[in-house]
Amino acid sequence: MEVAVLIFLSSGLFLGWSLGANDAANVFGTAVGTRMVKFSTAAFVCSAFIIIGAVISGAGASHTLGKLGAVNALGGSFVAAFSAALTVYGMTRAGLPVSTSQAIVGAIIGWNLFSGFPTDTKALFKIVATWIACPLLAGIIGVILFKATVSVVKWAKLHIYRLDAYTRLGLILAGAFGSYSLGANNIANVMGVFVASNPFTNFNVGDFYSFSGVQQLFLVGALAIAIGVFTYSKKVMLTVGTGLLPLSPVGAWVVVVSHSIVLFLFASQGLEHTLANAGLPTIPLVPVSSSQAVVGAVIGIGLLKGGRGIQWKVLGSIATGWITTPVIACVVCFVVLFFMQNVFNTVVYRDASYVLSEPVLERIKKDGVDIERLKRLKDQRFKSVREFRRVLREKVTPTGPVESKILDRAKIDVVLIRNDKIWQLDNTSLSKSQVSSLWEIVGRRFDHTWMLDDALSGIHEEWRSLPDTTANKLNNRHIKEQRQQVYNIFRVKPKQE
Amino acid sequence: MPKITLFSKTKELESQTDEFCNTVSEGALAFKIGIHRYLEADTTGFEEKLHHVSKLESTGDDLRREIQRRLYVETLIPESRGDVLDLLEHTDDILNACDGAMWQLAIEKPELADDLKTDFANLAESVAEAVEALVRALRDFFRGGESLTDDMHKVGFYESEADKMGHKLMGAIFSSDIDLSRKNQLRSVVLHIDSIADTAEDVSDMLAVFALKRAI
Repeated sequence: MEVAVLIFLSSGLFLGWSLGANDAANVFGTAVGTRMVKFSTAAFVCSAFIIIGAVISGAGASHTLGKLGAVNALGGSFVAAFSAALTVYGMTRAGLPVSTSQAIVGAIIGWNLFSGFPTDTKALFKIVATWIACPLLAGIIGVILFKATVSVVKWAKLHIYRLDAYTRLGLILAGAFGSYSLGANNIANVMGVFVASNPFTNFNVGDFYSFSGVQQLFLVGALAIAIGVFTYSKKVMLTVGTGLLPLSPVGAWVVVVSHSIVLFLFASQGLEHTLANAGLPTIPLVPVSSSQAVVGAVIGIGLLKGGRGIQWKVLGSIATGWITTPVIACVVCFVVLFFMQNVFNTVVYRDASYVLSEPVLERIKKDGVDIERLKRLKDQRFKSVREFRRVLREKVTPTGPVESKILDRAKIDVVLIRNDKIWQLDNTSLSKSQVSSLWEIVGRRFDHTWMLDDALSGIHEEWRSLPDTTANKLNNRHIKEQRQQVYNIFRVKPKQE
Repeated sequence: MPKITLFSKTKELESQTDEFCNTVSEGALAFKIGIHRYLEADTTGFEEKLHHVSKLESTGDDLRREIQRRLYVETLIPESRGDVLDLLEHTDDILNACDGAMWQLAIEKPELADDLKTDFANLAESVAEAVEALVRALRDFFRGGESLTDDMHKVGFYESEADKMGHKLMGAIFSSDIDLSRKNQLRSVVLHIDSIADTAEDVSDMLAVFALKRAI
């Protein structure tokens, strides 16, 4: 791997470090702060399970973040992660509560604004809705779990020492689950912006396991988080305590479990798969704030106890942080991108060219979009996304989703199926039939990726997306990932680079 | 091969705490029987109980120190450790007071008129009942039970009864014809015995607060 790549990844590692330093306290803070669990035990368990969670289950939430804005240049990824990390670090130093998830979302939107690429409003709405749902859900789960736990403890009539021993064990187990969920859900914050420009490639461990490039990327990010846990989180853990509401160790256990359940729900592809197969609505896989989940659970328990003891002023400052964090990260990212591009001459985004040729217009029409007004722009070539969007808004005034469809179809992204690159398909998740399909179109050039998709779909059914329903969601996502692997191998880079 | 059981250290500590409660309870019972022996002029029986109470007092001290050591060394119950150790220390004061009262009788050998013996025996009974109720409340506190309030109420009741007996006895003592020096001696003995019930009530009040603090 080139040194430059390592340098660009460093901002993600910095963000990972700060996530480990801050968010580990959400999982083990009360346990360590009340001396129920030793810091060394907490740090080891936390690190191990964050790494496991990130590698095994980290991909789900990163998809949604990728939809919000596909940062397509390492320089841009560096700036986005750096801006988020700087925001988190600055607000932590100022003693203000901060969410890493919100910081990275703000930074991605900053990149979108700078590059001119549209922000997927559907993805943004999903993410913001989840930020509201997360603490509410954590509160509800906290209340239910608290009542159940109190009932069980009263019924069991445990000796005070026995309850203490069980609580310690429970805090460690809950902490392990919480760490797994934190890794699975929040690795997207740390490494999500680097997925589109991932420098790692798949490698196979014998014939039985394939360690994907994305998993390797997440492993690196998770190691950075683990280092943050070991090097800085003790200070944070020991000062976490009764800021919002005094809690007993059993109450703290309830909060950690509630937090862990919520993060797991918003990261579990397995659960999504189960719900999708049952035809039920799925829970969106979105990186959610670990801190907000804890706040939600604590408030839920506090309200159950009558609202006494809740530090409403502290809650107010936390809520303010939810708004200021993404805004600050967005502004910082925009400014830093400007400097990186214009002062340091770093490529922070790869622009694209667009053309509304006859085949493109026909395809857009097939997507259900009225092309009458688009015909005015037929065969005109646009050298940047900003220019194209400006003209579209002037001439056609499309809505957000329609604009996205037009951009997607008109984007020139040349793919040439070369004989000498077909061997690289061995490191992908493509089936034999899918690879055979590619052999059938060797030598062919496609100016747009959708043309390649259509060609492959025409050759074999394994390349065809199923109707866009909840049940088919996972299958279609898998096909999309496979297509992306093919684009990455056979893409022809634009000459201006 | 040594048998390894989960939470073995916790179980040991539970046993020690139970043993401490047993020691206090036994101490109060031995004290009551010792008073009866003294009132019956059964010197041998009284001395036997005297040594029994002294031994229990010493055992109580050892158990309390061991529990304290283990709670600190093994950093157990960090939230409640201070409260639990306070409870144990003040409960141990009951054993100290029983032992002290017995030794006062053994050394000073106060003479009681026959008409005072019944009330004296009743005072000892009330004190022993107060301590018994406290020990039940203590066991309940450690096990997170729900009959704590009932037992604490009984402690208060028996403490009041002990106070009434004490006042009645002192009234009878100072109304009698005996010398002032004997009156003071008997007053001191009555107050010493009554203070055992007062200590039990103080511990009961502490229990009430700690039980609230312990609520999840």
